[in-house]
Amino acid sequence: MLIKDVASILFMLAGFFFFTTATLGLLRLPDFYARLHATGKGDTLAVLLSLIGLAIYNGFSLISIKIVFIAVFMFLAQPTATHAISRAAYRGGVPPWVNEPEGNTVEQGGEK
Amino acid sequence: MTNFFLIIGVGMCVLVLACLYRVTRGPDVLNRAVGLSAIGTKTLIILLLMGVIYDRVEMFIDISMVYALLNFIGTLVLAKYLERTGEV
Repeated sequence: MLIKDVASILFMLAGFFFFTTATLGLLRLPDFYARLHATGKGDTLAVLLSLIGLAIYNGFSLISIKIVFIAVFMFLAQPTATHAISRAAYRGGVPPWVNEPEGNTVEQGGEK
Repeated sequence: MTNFFLIIGVGMCVLVLACLYRVTRGPDVLNRAVGLSAIGTKTLIILLLMGVIYDRVEMFIDISMVYALLNFIGTLVLAKYLERTGEV
């Protein structure tokens, strides 16, 4: 097995791991903003790693140049889309998720 | 090497089905939009893997490029529409 194939396999496995993490975050996190945070960053990194793996596998040719172009475009487009949809939610009045009601901590501070 | 790409592609299809849960059961339309964006991103990689498996990457790479553009523009237009109408 060539060293090119080994590098390609490593990059593809790393990309698949980050895809899995982003999907788990999309399914399990409690809030819209938290889900957006998981999928917006995880998918960007996973796409970059997977495209680098595929570009290494294809060697230096026109296909690899196009794959690098897609990677650069995704690295610009994915945060832009995430920002746009997050701003739509914030201006639409979606409330952020808070962990604990504030009365609990105030009460504990009062007991001391 | 083809078997490896096949396994990665099947795993990516399972992840797409997992994202489809958020699209169908999302509490509001914004969650559905996020799920659709995630599915589009995974489909881009699946298209490239199909090209590698069928040994016709030079055709599938253009489809993948157009898919990336359409996914971005679709998410942006949906966000602008929801922000303008205010029905979040």
